[in-house]
Amino acid sequence: MAINAIDTIPKEELFVSGHTGCGGCGQAIATKLVLKATGKNVIVVTATGCLETFAGGYLISPWEVPWMHPLFENAAAVASGVEAALKTKHREDIKVVVLAGDGGTFDIGFGMLSGMIERRHNVLYVCMDNQAYVNTGYQRSGATMYGTATTTTPAGKISLGKVQPNKDVPAMMVANGADYVATASPSYPWDLIRKIKKAMEIKGPTYIQVHIPCPTAHVFPESKTIEIGRIAVETGLVPLYEIEKGKLTSSEKIKQKRPVEDYLKRLGWYKHLFASGDGAAVIKELQRVADENIAKFNL
Amino acid sequence: MGKTEVMEISRGIAEAIKACRPQVIASFPITPQTHIIEHLAQMVANGELDCEYIPSDSEFASASIVHGASAAGVRAYTASASQGLLLMTEVLWNMAGTRLPVVLTGANRALSAPISIQCDHQDTFSLRDSGVMQMYVEDAQESYDAHIQAYKLAEDPDVLLPIMVCVDGWSLTHAWEPIELLAQELVDKFLPPYHPVQYLTPDNPISYGTAYDDRALMEYRYIMQKAMDCAKSKAVKVADEFNEMFGRHHGGLIQEYRMDDAEIGILAMGSIIGTVKVAIDEMRAEGIKVGLVKVRFYRPFPADEIIKAVKDTRCIAVIDRNISLGAGGALAADVMAALYNFKNHPLVLGCLAGIGGREVTRNTVRNIVARAQKAIDTGKVEEMNEWVGLNPEIMED
Repeated sequence: MAINAIDTIPKEELFVSGHTGCGGCGQAIATKLVLKATGKNVIVVTATGCLETFAGGYLISPWEVPWMHPLFENAAAVASGVEAALKTKHREDIKVVVLAGDGGTFDIGFGMLSGMIERRHNVLYVCMDNQAYVNTGYQRSGATMYGTATTTTPAGKISLGKVQPNKDVPAMMVANGADYVATASPSYPWDLIRKIKKAMEIKGPTYIQVHIPCPTAHVFPESKTIEIGRIAVETGLVPLYEIEKGKLTSSEKIKQKRPVEDYLKRLGWYKHLFASGDGAAVIKELQRVADENIAKFNL
Repeated sequence: MGKTEVMEISRGIAEAIKACRPQVIASFPITPQTHIIEHLAQMVANGELDCEYIPSDSEFASASIVHGASAAGVRAYTASASQGLLLMTEVLWNMAGTRLPVVLTGANRALSAPISIQCDHQDTFSLRDSGVMQMYVEDAQESYDAHIQAYKLAEDPDVLLPIMVCVDGWSLTHAWEPIELLAQELVDKFLPPYHPVQYLTPDNPISYGTAYDDRALMEYRYIMQKAMDCAKSKAVKVADEFNEMFGRHHGGLIQEYRMDDAEIGILAMGSIIGTVKVAIDEMRAEGIKVGLVKVRFYRPFPADEIIKAVKDTRCIAVIDRNISLGAGGALAADVMAALYNFKNHPLVLGCLAGIGGREVTRNTVRNIVARAQKAIDTGKVEEMNEWVGLNPEIMED
């Protein structure tokens, strides 16, 4: 039996029809996979954002697990409270899982995420990183890469998009003391499921960041979500790795390294980088970032 | 029945919370709330209180933690004041909207800027519209008793709203007075373990905090308003049941004092009630027909009860320890709105006093009554909002 056989993915669907995600939504695919890995014995807390908007409708909930949406910035703290309550009820068999976007994680909810990790709550925090505030119309976030044209960092006559690099939140989570930190991609479903399952077994704070290709914001055909995710990984811009107790323990090796242009040119929000010669410096910088990732994570 | 001890009221509040057996407590320090959460931490450290005590990273986190705990079906508590309550505001609206019966203490303190640690009601009044019930207490024993009543009211299946017990900073939180601590078995009888109607559990998955739109949001608000309305009769019932079991009654939604034949009625809240009562006794001895309506609940607002209490007076003076800048005292505005459609209603004098910790003395009360008498004599109220106790020297230049 091949290791990557489709049969090895749990059959049970815990994120079902009823949601209104865009065609090709990477987050819907990732959410399905995450819940296949966690199984039923969870309580999910979701921050305001795309996921809550397309999967949190009154009377049309697609969640087959207990699910709560509080606010944009407090999913980690609410999850802390749920976990504390479960302790007092002696129901520590139930795992609390946060599913939040990058805006709710990197920016507005960062303080409370840091507090949750520091207090060592037994919570698995999954950040669905589509690299912008996509729910509100593709504004830049702390997760947006350098050179990206968003609606609040648009490309223009004198602009080549976002001028700052993105935050390295996984590194911050390691420094914060998370027991397990990993990155994943819905384009690598077996890897994603394995990492979620591993985090489920750990009694302590864990953080998994999932790269989310978004046809709507990143601008690519909705049939290409999985392919785009794979190309992003193959450039080194989205490194997949695991850090346990502060030590790098695994990374997804790149079989054939691609230049960053392979990824950038497929995404509409980088088209300005190829419209004139001015984009070359940005591409060069992003290539440097990718190369640095390859070296740092031994990809 | 219970054991009476002289103690700081903050400890009394902590003792009340302990007696309510919360399963999750979240705290973040802010003056003048700190002693409450410190006492609770010590009780947990001593093994006297079995609960998850979570010192959090902000008031926003504290409110969120108890929100999550309550959604998971357990009894939860937090406390804050001033800026902390402002920081909690978004969560408190969310908590009310998700109908979770969390109890919190608001240790009343002024809002910044200018920064001040002294007492007024600006902080808790800013949460007026949030769906969190608000109860204002008068003294040490009521500070203790009200917290036990608060859980019973909030957790009533017909209410299911958070409630904030508003306790004046310093004059209550830091005062030492005798408090009767009730016997645990009787508190357990009065307040049985919390049985939530629904909660987050894999045994019965529900979706909580979903998105509504124009098809249902208005009805949702209507139902919340009905719950607030229902809370009025329930609050009276809880106070009566408490009285029956423990022999103490601090008022239901309001409490009247010497109002029977009063021509002038004073409406006030919180720790100044005692001072107002003493001033009323003095003035009564001089033949001035003045009485008091202690406004115990601000939300739900006891409009009918206030109308009934003041309908035979000629003028009422409403003391506000807050100001809605650009309008006036918020309690006075609500009282005026309640009375407007009532035929032959008394004159209403809005009095801004006790702001930023400015002391409200017997003379302040006499001053207010003199202004009310002037309104009666002239048949009109000159100023919608009278500032009582302003020092003109401060405002020179």
